[in-house]
Amino acid sequence: MQHAMSRALFLFLLVIANLAGAQTLSIDIANGNPSARPIAVVPFAYEGGGLPLDTDLAEVISGDLNRSGQFKALGRSDIIEYPLRGSDVKYPTWRLLKQDHLVIGRVLDVDQGVLRIEFELHDIATGQRLLGLALSSRRGDLRGAGHQIADFVYEKITGVRGAFWTRMAYVTSTGVGRNTQYALMVADSDGFNPQVVVRSQEPLMSPAWSPDSKKLAYVSFERGSSTVYVQELTTGNRQVLASFRGINGAPAFSPDGSRLAMTLSQSGNPEVYVMNLADRSLTQVTRHYAIDTEPVWTADGSRILFTSDRAGKPQIYSVAASGGEATRISFQGEYNARATLYAGDQKIAMAQGSGNVYRIALLDRSRGGAEVTLLSPGNLDESPSFAPNGSMLLYAAREGQRGVLYAVSADGRVRQRLVLADGDVREPAWSPFRQR
Amino acid sequence: MNHPMRYLLIAALAVSLGACSKKVKEVAPAPAPVATTNPTPPPVVDDGKYDASDLETDACLRQRVVYFDFDQATVKPEYQAIVACHGKYLSDVPGSRMTLEGHADERGSREYNLGLGERRGNAASGAIQANGGSAGQITVNSYGEERPTCTQSSEDCWAKNRRAEIIYTKAQ
Repeated sequence: MQHAMSRALFLFLLVIANLAGAQTLSIDIANGNPSARPIAVVPFAYEGGGLPLDTDLAEVISGDLNRSGQFKALGRSDIIEYPLRGSDVKYPTWRLLKQDHLVIGRVLDVDQGVLRIEFELHDIATGQRLLGLALSSRRGDLRGAGHQIADFVYEKITGVRGAFWTRMAYVTSTGVGRNTQYALMVADSDGFNPQVVVRSQEPLMSPAWSPDSKKLAYVSFERGSSTVYVQELTTGNRQVLASFRGINGAPAFSPDGSRLAMTLSQSGNPEVYVMNLADRSLTQVTRHYAIDTEPVWTADGSRILFTSDRAGKPQIYSVAASGGEATRISFQGEYNARATLYAGDQKIAMAQGSGNVYRIALLDRSRGGAEVTLLSPGNLDESPSFAPNGSMLLYAAREGQRGVLYAVSADGRVRQRLVLADGDVREPAWSPFRQR
Repeated sequence: MNHPMRYLLIAALAVSLGACSKKVKEVAPAPAPVATTNPTPPPVVDDGKYDASDLETDACLRQRVVYFDFDQATVKPEYQAIVACHGKYLSDVPGSRMTLEGHADERGSREYNLGLGERRGNAASGAIQANGGSAGQITVNSYGEERPTCTQSSEDCWAKNRRAEIIYTKAQ
C-alpha cells in the first residue's frame, strides 16, 4: 500500500511540476551591477540520436549567472557564432562583443535515458581554456545538470562555491478563511520543479532544512494547534518532535544536525529551547517574559541568534546555545526580526520594519562595524534566507493580495521575482549545499 | 461578512451595558402602596444566571471577537463588556469550555506574530478570568497571522485580523 501511495504521489508531483514549469520567470533588475562580468553562454548542441532535448542548458546557466548579480550573460540574439569545441572558438569575435568569458558545450548519448554533457569555460582576454569538464545526467534532470555547470563556472571565475544546484522550501496557501489549503513545497533554487512535501487544511509554517538537505522541520496546525514535525524528503516519513501546551514553533537544525532549536511557550510565554535529537531532551536557552523566538545557529553551533521584544519592539539578540545572558545585536531600525546568517554571525539579514514599511536589511559586521544596507524595496518584505554561499538571498514580498518570492543578490543590486504558483507563496528557506 | 459583523458589534456595544446586565437587572420598583383592585402580576423567576440557551440569544454572549491595537495585547475598555459576560457565563455554567484563538495582522515576522497572537489570547483569557471564568475552562491557541479573515494590505483589514476569537468547545 505504501508503494501504491508513493506511486500516486509521484504522478501527482509530475502533474504539479508540469503545470508550474509552464509558467515563466520574470526578471527585475533593480539597478544593475556595473561590475557584473560579461559572459557568453553559447547554446549547447545535442549530438545524440534521440528526441530533441526539452531543456535549453545555456538558458538555465545564463539565468543562474544573471540572477547572482555578478554576471551579465550575453543576449541570445547577440550571439553570432556557435562554437561547440575549444578548437572552434575565435577569441577576437568575443573580444569584439566585449565578453570576458565564454561557455560552450555539447550533449551526447551514453545509454538509454542517460546523457553526457561536456562543457568548457574560456577566458577571452587570455585566450585560455579555464575548465573542460563532463558530467552525466538523466534526461529528466537536465536542469539540475545546468545548475551544476553554472556552479562550476561561478566558482572558477569568482573563487566562491556556486549555490545554484540547491533547492528551496516554501509554503503556499490558496483560498481564504476556513477553506484555505496550505502546502509545503520544495523546488529548485530558481523555482522550477516544484514538488509537494505536505498538504494541509490547517496552516503550515517555518520550513527549516537539515544540514544534509535530506529532512525538513516545519510547523503544522493539523493537530489543532502548532506542532513541530521533522520529515524525510525521499520517504515522506515524519515524526512529531514537539507538541507541548502553547506554541511549538520556529524549528532550526544545529549545523551538525544533532540538535533542533525551537520556540515553546509551555512555560507560559515563548522561549527558545534546544532539543537534543538523540534523546529529545530539552534545554531552555532564553528566560524572559518577552516573546523570544526565531532561533538561528551560528556556523560553529556555539551561539543562537533570536528575535525578542524584551526592549519593547522586536530586535535581534545573541545567546550561547547552552543558555545564559543575551546580548542585543540589532540597533538600527525600530523593528528587526527573523534573522538569517552567513559567515558565522558576521552577516545578518533580517526583516526590518519602520512604520508600515518592512524591508530586508543586511547588517554586515565583517569589517568590525555595524553597516546596514537595505536589500529590498518593501512594503511588506519578510522571511529572508541566505544562499549557502552567501551570494544571494530569498525573501517573501507582498504584491496586491498575494505573497510572492524574490531572489536578491547580497549587494541588493539584482532582484528577480520567482513566479511559483497561484495563490500566496511565502517563507522561502534556501537549502544547504547538495553533495555532488 | 466582516463589515456587517463590525456594525453588529458596534450596535451590540451600544446596548452592551444594558444587554450584559440583563440577568442582574433590578426588579422593577414595587408599586406604590395604594389600594387597588387589580392584583400585581407575580415577579418573573430569574436567578440571574446564564444557561446554555443564552449563548445564541443573549446580545452580549453572541459577541465572540475582541480586537486589538497594532503590536498590542491589551483588552481595550470597549471590549470589557464582552469579556465580562463571557466570564460570567463560564462562572454560571461550570461545565462550559472555550478556546481563545489569538491572531495577528500580516505585518512583521510570522513566528513573532505567533507569539503576539498567544499574548492576545492570554490577555483575553486573563480578562475573562477576572470576570468569573476559571483557567481550567479556557485554552489559548495562537494562529499568529496564518488565519486572516481579510487579506487586503490596509489598516482597515489589519484591524479585523488583530483579534482574539472566543470559541465555545463545550456549551455546558
